[in-house]
Amino acid sequence: MIDRIQQHILEEVADLHAVPEGAYNIRANGKMAARNTTAHIDIISKKDGSGIDIRIQPGTKHESVHIPVVISESGLKEVVYNDFYIGEDADVVIVAGCGIHNCGEQDAQHDGIHRFYVGKNAHVRYVEKHYGEGDGKGRRLLNPGTEVYMEENASMEMEMVQIKGVDSTVRRTVAKLAAGAKLVVRERLMTHGDQTAESFYVTELNGAHASADIVSRSVAKDASYQKFDSRIVGNAPCTGHTECDAIIMDKARILAVPQLEANDLDAALIHEAAIGKIAGEQIIKLMTLGLTEAQAEEQIINGFLK
Amino acid sequence: MLELKHVAFEVSVDGKSKQIIRDLSLTVPDHMFLVITGPNGSGKSTLAKLIAGIEKPTAGQILFNGKDITQASVTERAQMGVSFAFQQPVRFKGICVIDLLRIAAGRDLSVGDACAYLSEVGLCARDYIRREVDASLSGGEIKRIEIATLLARGTQLSVFDEPEAGIDLWSFQNLIRVFERMRETVNGSVLIISHQERILQIADRIAVLSGGTITKTGPREELLPELLGTTSAVSNCERLEKGVARV
Repeated sequence: MIDRIQQHILEEVADLHAVPEGAYNIRANGKMAARNTTAHIDIISKKDGSGIDIRIQPGTKHESVHIPVVISESGLKEVVYNDFYIGEDADVVIVAGCGIHNCGEQDAQHDGIHRFYVGKNAHVRYVEKHYGEGDGKGRRLLNPGTEVYMEENASMEMEMVQIKGVDSTVRRTVAKLAAGAKLVVRERLMTHGDQTAESFYVTELNGAHASADIVSRSVAKDASYQKFDSRIVGNAPCTGHTECDAIIMDKARILAVPQLEANDLDAALIHEAAIGKIAGEQIIKLMTLGLTEAQAEEQIINGFLK
Repeated sequence: MLELKHVAFEVSVDGKSKQIIRDLSLTVPDHMFLVITGPNGSGKSTLAKLIAGIEKPTAGQILFNGKDITQASVTERAQMGVSFAFQQPVRFKGICVIDLLRIAAGRDLSVGDACAYLSEVGLCARDYIRREVDASLSGGEIKRIEIATLLARGTQLSVFDEPEAGIDLWSFQNLIRVFERMRETVNGSVLIISHQERILQIADRIAVLSGGTITKTGPREELLPELLGTTSAVSNCERLEKGVARV
């Protein structure tokens, strides 16, 4: 079912070099290409065909779910709904990701909507990578939507990565946290050419001692455009931090919009935003170690986005 | 061997040209531990930058192993065997200590090798190897890491621009020990820009820079006695009294 181009994309977005262990669902060109379930993790297609439900039983420990999507057909546009039900006390890793190989004239687009219902005391590590390639004129578009509903003392770490090849992306993430829940988001983004990438986060801290740490690190090259819009709403005694740290290059443009809303006296919220070009002395320092200017720049960017 | 011949460096200040370095000639033979001293504003840091290629002379010639490197870039000089430790080491978000040591060594240094360099500068390698070279490091820590990168490079010439700047007195004492050891272990030449008496004490030769040119040069035993007590050889206590150590 999976051809060589698709295999390459799978490696890029999910580090998959072979069939993954544990539960997985591989979607290729709009259809299910492979699936595996385990004793504790079930994957069920939605009846209307719009996506899948992933059900993780309470207490499931140290298991993983891979749900990569690959598109290698120009002109394919799809909206997919994936719902994750993570049982109480579970501790799992979820790897999602979408790669588009577009050699054709028409746009290829995948809009993945992920909803997470994280049970009490459950812990989820979520990794999502986006990647595009192909030399066709058709654009590669990805518009991920993520909704996270966290029950008491649930915790979730989300790593969102988009380094290359996606022409246009609008990411919308909404999270609602109950008492004691903890959300950590690390977004890494690089845009080049005339790409645009917009990220919107709205994080509601609704229960006592909920906490959120939403951090974006990005590099904008060439004539690309980025917008980072992160809002933390403190509705209870809670702690929240959001940060945008961006390197700007060439003729790129970046807009950072951190926002805080405190609706409780004991909501402690912090935002930071910094945009700047690579410091000249950083390049010179690496040149004194023998790198050329271009190699130095690459090292600095790679480190920054690591 | 490094040779500077009649080197000058001029800058334009408010439309007027100002000479920072004038008619400066200096030779640093191989396996030499040379300290260049002089009062503040004498052009010491500019001289270090001219050697590293960060600034280019407006007149004169710089030779390295007989080859004219006056117009060579920073990268070219680094590849030929010139290393430079910054007075204010540069910080990088996301680049770890081991990454920096690997870049410096120009090879995929093993963790064991990297640890050896860190131990050499008095850092417990296990605590530092994965640390980012960012603002979380103290002035003393980043200075030691800067020195470790020069050890990892192990080039023919190592230039240190005021290694004592920006660190506290406690770290300074340890830094001296690092340089004392380096004096025994390093293969190439070491050129330190400093007016610290303790650093002058470990030099083979001392050169005095004043008003942008070398006014005196000679073996330590000859030159140090006459420098003591001047601004070219500041003692630790003076550092403390002036508050430098608290920077």
